[in-house]
Amino acid sequence: MTAMFGEPIARLEDDRLLRGNGAYLDDLGHDALAAAFVRSPHAHARVLGVDVADALDVDGLVAIYTYEDLPGRIAEPLPLLIPHPALTHGRTGYPLASDEVNYVGEPVVMVIARDRYLAEDAAERIMVDYEPLPAVVGVDAALAAEHLVHPDVPGNVAGHLVQSNGDAAAAIAAAPRTLELHLYIERSASTPLEGRGVLARWDTESRRLRIWTSTQTSTGVRAAVAAKLELDLADVDVITPDVGGGFGVKIVHPWPEEVLVPWAARLLRQPVKFTEDRIEHFVASAHERGQRHQVRVGFDDDGRLLGLDVRFWHDNGAYIPYGLIVPIITSTQLLGPYKPGAYRVEFSSLYTNTVIVTPYRGAGRPQGVFVMERTMDAIAAALGLDRTVVRERNFIQPDEMPYDQGLIFQDGRPLIYDSGDYPAVLARLKALAGWDGFEAERAAAAEQGRRLGIGLACYVEGTGVGPYEGAHVVVETSGKVKVATGLTTQGQGHQTVFAQIVADELGVPIGDIEVVTGDTRAFGYAVGTFASRAAVMSGSAVALAARAARAKAIRVAAAALEASPDDLEITGGIVQIKGDPESGIAIGTVAVLSNPLRYAFDEAAQAATQFAGGDIGKPPVADGDEPGIEGREYFSPLRSTFASGMHAVVVETDPLTAEIRIVRYCVVHDCGRLINPRIVEGQIHGGVAQGVGGALYERMAYDETGQLQNASFMDFLMPYVSEVPAGIEIDHLETPSPLNPLGIKGAGEAGVIPGAAVFAAAIEDAEGIAITSMPISPSDLFELRLSRRGDRAV
Amino acid sequence: MASASEQGGITQSSPGLFDISLIVNGAPQAVRVPARRLLSDCLRHDLRLTGTHVGCEHGVCGACTVLVDGVSVRSCLMLAVTADGARITTVEGLTEPDGTLSAVQQAFADCHGLQCGFCTPGFLTTITAGLAENPDPSPDQAREIIGGNLCRCTGYQNIVQAVLRAAELRREAGLKREAGLTREAGLTPEAGP
Ligand code: FES
Ligand code: FES
Repeated sequence: MTAMFGEPIARLEDDRLLRGNGAYLDDLGHDALAAAFVRSPHAHARVLGVDVADALDVDGLVAIYTYEDLPGRIAEPLPLLIPHPALTHGRTGYPLASDEVNYVGEPVVMVIARDRYLAEDAAERIMVDYEPLPAVVGVDAALAAEHLVHPDVPGNVAGHLVQSNGDAAAAIAAAPRTLELHLYIERSASTPLEGRGVLARWDTESRRLRIWTSTQTSTGVRAAVAAKLELDLADVDVITPDVGGGFGVKIVHPWPEEVLVPWAARLLRQPVKFTEDRIEHFVASAHERGQRHQVRVGFDDDGRLLGLDVRFWHDNGAYIPYGLIVPIITSTQLLGPYKPGAYRVEFSSLYTNTVIVTPYRGAGRPQGVFVMERTMDAIAAALGLDRTVVRERNFIQPDEMPYDQGLIFQDGRPLIYDSGDYPAVLARLKALAGWDGFEAERAAAAEQGRRLGIGLACYVEGTGVGPYEGAHVVVETSGKVKVATGLTTQGQGHQTVFAQIVADELGVPIGDIEVVTGDTRAFGYAVGTFASRAAVMSGSAVALAARAARAKAIRVAAAALEASPDDLEITGGIVQIKGDPESGIAIGTVAVLSNPLRYAFDEAAQAATQFAGGDIGKPPVADGDEPGIEGREYFSPLRSTFASGMHAVVVETDPLTAEIRIVRYCVVHDCGRLINPRIVEGQIHGGVAQGVGGALYERMAYDETGQLQNASFMDFLMPYVSEVPAGIEIDHLETPSPLNPLGIKGAGEAGVIPGAAVFAAAIEDAEGIAITSMPISPSDLFELRLSRRGDRAV
Repeated sequence: MASASEQGGITQSSPGLFDISLIVNGAPQAVRVPARRLLSDCLRHDLRLTGTHVGCEHGVCGACTVLVDGVSVRSCLMLAVTADGARITTVEGLTEPDGTLSAVQQAFADCHGLQCGFCTPGFLTTITAGLAENPDPSPDQAREIIGGNLCRCTGYQNIVQAVLRAAELRREAGLKREAGLTREAGLTPEAGP
């Protein structure tokens, strides 16, 4: 049997989805009542009163709830999910606003009606009386702190953290050369094509709650909702249906709606569903990326870093349920593949009257890479060196692995890179992108009046963070193999890659394997899908569970065949003496034999009944043994793995219109051993497209009163096919991780991480104008050109 | 409210509700809907054909695309009552009569043209209509065919490949069908190019 690991096989999940037989959240619960929300139209206001009188005669109205109606723990603020000693002023919102609203879109009233049309009819008639307060919008206003988002949070500072390794100030002061940079990135958002949604059903007879939710963590939702509703975990099931994309935003939990909908379902004893619409997703879910940075760097005449001092200000929005994770990632991952010399980083996380900020694919890394790579380019420019040379001189070398950066990473563990070969990645990228031949290409284009530029950007990405994941593998008596792991799936092809792992580990045909993810009924212990961790964490757990099941199958078959376990193998679903197919027993039969029976349920099962033989001198189930061919294992690594990669892009800028066209886009990527190269490439494609969006098109256009001006797909410019490169050239390097049984590293986020950095570099190279703020639109570039010409008319 | 005849044949059964008939994936369907019910909601929630997805409800993402009398239409921008009498094809109706995947569906599986699959039904219907019009698209034309649909997962790379692959599969199937017909008619198939 050929190995499945490493094969670019077609996905097992596709057939169902291609026939329209997927089951996403809003495809369920057709008979459920519908929830709609009255949301704040103000970025900051006091809520003086709610008048529902006009809504009461709407046909089909079932219930209206305001903060006053919420009992017990539901009336308390939502949990602060990731506390941190530096998060001194953590604030979270209420499921429904109590007396103050802090962003446009914050839920104030929940309406339940027979269908969503009617629920919206009623919601429209509800009058909320507000007293507007001054809104704090953007990093600068937050920092100025002329007004406060939360009156009890001085300076709007939620948290403040300093980390250092060595004496950066002294190193910079002593350095032969120094530079200072000011760098800014605007907000963008995950923007999955399916928004959030939750459906809940309370079973009045068994007094149990079942929740379906479009989430990245079903176990997280289960624990949070059980706590809010004061239910035992055992009485709550959370099922993740098909999820139409996540990209980070769906890791947040519990959303206000995820608490309120189950609560209402229990109260009303009827299923209730909330399906978020697109505008709600823009104003009431989460954004990311908004940060202002200041860099001081000291280096020698060869471009070697001696000291790096970075300060930055992170816009965390109105509340901070996900803690300081995003800025912590920026502050640690900006170091990339480099040895920074002495390093000091300091950040403040600031409240603003805008929607909350939580990780979006890349999670703080795109900003960090932008900061570091802009710095590298600035050093190269200052010294007149090739940009790749400056990078090479600062790379951590393969023989320096594992490399300790001397900081604490987002998982609370030391930032130690496990493996990687950065010089090799760069060599491949230069070849792929035609780096050395570019000056000739540029000159040839210039002859035709075309303006080209090339940029590159390097990153290191901590992936596969803990604490753990687990998996269960069971062999059915039919020979089918059921695999369950608790983390969730949003399109990454987990069913396929986990089945590939099990096929190899257990020796069964891939078509016999069925994988379930994100269903607490199938596997109750899990963390969730984020930080490119699914393949590393659940992949490893699945491999270990399959190995355990295999060992058990071999042991049971060895007894039946009166052979030594060492002489057995499993291939094509048959357990046999090595090289002797004649001796084989189907693995399903082994499953029958593993379970001593009193009652035969079919002919095959007769072999396991009490009168069918067996050693009467021993108990049917030996001490310490269990019936069945199963494996349940957990994987909990010491630290994160560190994937890496480098991107290059060639752009053409229109000398007249400042339009920016992508000529070619190249990726060299090292995520350790590839389980399915086709799926990994798909992840890269999607990430690159989001990187293009973040670099050239997407921004959250808040006005100074905190109104989001572009809350629709008409105005928020998410790339269509016409905006992404016609081809993305990809090359892989496979440096195995020593930290897990499969040698893999995560691949989910990589494609987006260097986006802002690589485009800034290429546009700067084409234009000869320093690019310090992203995204950049043609009109931004046009303005930059004008200001460089000293406001002369063109 | 206007009378039934003024509504162009739609009967208003009770105040605010209209009886319409649609032919969906070849099967006649009678539905009673409020005037404001979107075709997307009617298909998804009244007929429970949930393969048609709603990504924006303002006509920009294309996830809700269905074929109305063979033309691709954003079902979130059409009222169910205005579709009265139309023949509608949704993603559920794209498969061949024997249940095998259509060329476009098969091409998506072959090319890894989907990840989360939420946008996919809209692409499949859009491309089905696009290839009916232009069975042999160039790579640029393939990009044009899908130019109005949003996907957040795939970066479109493999979807473009899938359009080209679908065209190829359709040509192959067409050739096979022709060969079959020729044999049935007792004629010697001519040598292909
Ligand atoms: S849902 Fe109809 S175009 Fe987006
Ligand atoms: S596959 Fe997820 S939006 Fe296209």
